[in-house]
Amino acid sequence: MDALVLNRKTLRALLPLFSLAIVLFATFYAQPRTMSYFGLNLMLQYAVPIALATVAQMFVITVNDLDLSIGPFVGLIGCIGATYLHDTPLLGIAALVACIALYAAMAALIYLRNLPSIVVTLGASFVWLGIAVLILPSPGGKASDWLKAIMSLQVPVVPFPIVAALAIAALVHVGLMTSAYGVIMRGTGGNPRAMARAGWSELKTKMAMYALAGVFGVLSGLSLIGLTTSADAHIADRYTLYAIAGVILGGGEFVGGRVSPFGAVLGALTLALAGSFLIFMRISPDWQIGAQGAILIIVLALRAIISTGEARR
Amino acid sequence: MDVSKPAVELTAIAKSFGAVRALSGVDLILEPGECLGLVGHNGAGKSTLMHVLAGTLKADSGSLKIAGEDVSQAFSAAGASAHGIRCVFQELSLCPNLTIAENVRIVHRALKGFGWKAKAHGLIRQKLDEIFPGHGIDVDQEAGDLNIGQRQMAEIARAFTITDEPLRVVILDEPTSSLDAVTAKQLLTFMRQEVARGVSTILISHLLADVLDHCDRIAVMKDGKVVAERRAGQFTRNSLVAAMGTTVEKKNTPAAGSRKAAISAARAVEATPQTAPKAGNLVVHKGEIVGLAGLAGHGQTRMLIQIFDGARKSSALTRVEGKVAFIAGDRQSDGIFNLWSIGENTTVSSLEDLKRGPLIAAEREAEMARDWKERIQIRTPDMNNNILTLSGGNQQKALFARTLGSKADIVLMDDPMRGVDVGTKLEVYDMIRQEAGRGRSFIWYTTEIDELSHCDRAYIFRDGAIVAELGPDELTEDKVLHASFAESA
Repeated sequence: MDALVLNRKTLRALLPLFSLAIVLFATFYAQPRTMSYFGLNLMLQYAVPIALATVAQMFVITVNDLDLSIGPFVGLIGCIGATYLHDTPLLGIAALVACIALYAAMAALIYLRNLPSIVVTLGASFVWLGIAVLILPSPGGKASDWLKAIMSLQVPVVPFPIVAALAIAALVHVGLMTSAYGVIMRGTGGNPRAMARAGWSELKTKMAMYALAGVFGVLSGLSLIGLTTSADAHIADRYTLYAIAGVILGGGEFVGGRVSPFGAVLGALTLALAGSFLIFMRISPDWQIGAQGAILIIVLALRAIISTGEARR
Repeated sequence: MDVSKPAVELTAIAKSFGAVRALSGVDLILEPGECLGLVGHNGAGKSTLMHVLAGTLKADSGSLKIAGEDVSQAFSAAGASAHGIRCVFQELSLCPNLTIAENVRIVHRALKGFGWKAKAHGLIRQKLDEIFPGHGIDVDQEAGDLNIGQRQMAEIARAFTITDEPLRVVILDEPTSSLDAVTAKQLLTFMRQEVARGVSTILISHLLADVLDHCDRIAVMKDGKVVAERRAGQFTRNSLVAAMGTTVEKKNTPAAGSRKAAISAARAVEATPQTAPKAGNLVVHKGEIVGLAGLAGHGQTRMLIQIFDGARKSSALTRVEGKVAFIAGDRQSDGIFNLWSIGENTTVSSLEDLKRGPLIAAEREAEMARDWKERIQIRTPDMNNNILTLSGGNQQKALFARTLGSKADIVLMDDPMRGVDVGTKLEVYDMIRQEAGRGRSFIWYTTEIDELSHCDRAYIFRDGAIVAELGPDELTEDKVLHASFAESA
């Protein structure tokens, strides 16, 4: 029986990898020319900002909350990056630090007033969007050259986006899954009462997790404008749902502190690829969101089937 | 460790939750290297007291000294741990998404930096081997994948692991509730060894034989106070049970004869607990008030839910004649609709009868609400006020009105008097008797033994099974307690 249980566990852990492989091969099949260094580089270039936003979302989901503001937040960071950070770097850095502090403050508000995170973050998303529009009323601005340089880095053999995404996953894995403090963060998602009884402050943990989400949101926004070279307040609106979908695709669960950094990054890559795949399939952009939703549902259904098998044993 | 001073000294500890006094001036001393047994009926305040000692609840008043040091001013869970107090709580405190080794890290701040995982591994594995030889627990498994007994073993072993903080007092709150006889014995033997090494323990258990055999001293709690405290050898099972109970005073119990006439021979409910199908079954006649008693959480609520489900879909174990309604004891989570008015909360079960065509007739709904306001005397100027404007007792009245106003033949009550004041209780008792006289059946789970005097009969539950049926003249505290506590551990 034990071997079977292990099998199912491994199977569930490998599901994100399988989904990515399937979408990847489907893309290769639909458009064989993508099966090259250049092709992959092109298809996956936006995977880095999406992966960073997904990791940001994962931190929030770890403590049983949901962040509906990450997309507009990434957009705001993009606007700050393409204006202040470019023109007056000191002011720009101060603004980015302030954004991270606001994220931590949002956690304090949610915890202290016992508010649902989706309400607070939904509200915050309009605030981020509003500030972004004030900073950059129409698309434009200029990304700093060093950002562009980083994002157009060429590495041998394996395309840069893949290397970067795996490096992000490895870094977060070490911090969240193997470090002593990471245990405290995940434990807070698993059983907040037990953590309180052991003397850990839930407020501090939540603020730390939201601040980390802010940091990764900032990185996501900067890497995004490094690719696009200019910004727009609405540039990343879709990221909110991408990020949630990526975490869940990657094997994370909405409650209970069960998350997987590698899974989340793979989920983000899958979603980024799915976009290209659907274009190659000549599915009109109007249907693309629906088609992406269908992919999500299929993967989640597979996971549910695996899980029910586990429960039935 | 200073041996001359008591390990823990509690003086006049008091704690209230709203209007409920959980602890009213507890004095308790725990010597180093001593095992103190703590017994008492449900709600006597044992668990609250242990939460105060573990720093997870702050006492309203009183002083707390650990090894002679007064810590009552600033005490927290982290402080308790730093002073060497560990607690195995009744509701287990492992994080299900973490491995057992990771769960060890949570209680030990010293486990960090490189190699913390290996250290945590070693600590817990060694302690598990020491306490429960042959436990068969893989410390790399997530806690959620272990069964409840294994989780309890892991949590107990965790409480005895030592890093940089001293180990002075271990509190074990019902530690054997999920352990089988062999592992329970292993734990108690280990506990005595630790006591011999100078660690003090507090053992809370409803298995009186365990407490009598393994503790040096026993304190009995009742109504938030320590009412008796002696060497274990000076107690017997009977004197312990007697100390937990009140001196039985006769209340205004209705004459059994007058109720007998109302009970018909027809059976309303027949059910056998799913958890213990062989032990005994429950029969309720039309117009009868049947109590479910025993210690809290021994299958009474599950029985009520089984009957509730049985009314919709009958099964081999449950046969229900008629409509059922459920009155929740946990008002906040199972009872009231927070955002609705008192009237809406009252009428929601009867909407089917208040319809005109497909729509609800507002005036008939209001009429029903007004009617019940009078009948059950809900203290509010206006039934259209939000339900939360009412006191707890009056909210509960609204729930009673909801159920009694519906067409249910059988009323299931899940300890409905929690936090209800005496005046309201007396009114509701009267109403239950009246309604039973009209042919309704009541199945009433109660944790208050006094309330059983309003029942015609009662079933005593233990470990999910019905272990005794008590008739009207047997419903004394003494008999109920005797039946509730297991004869042998």
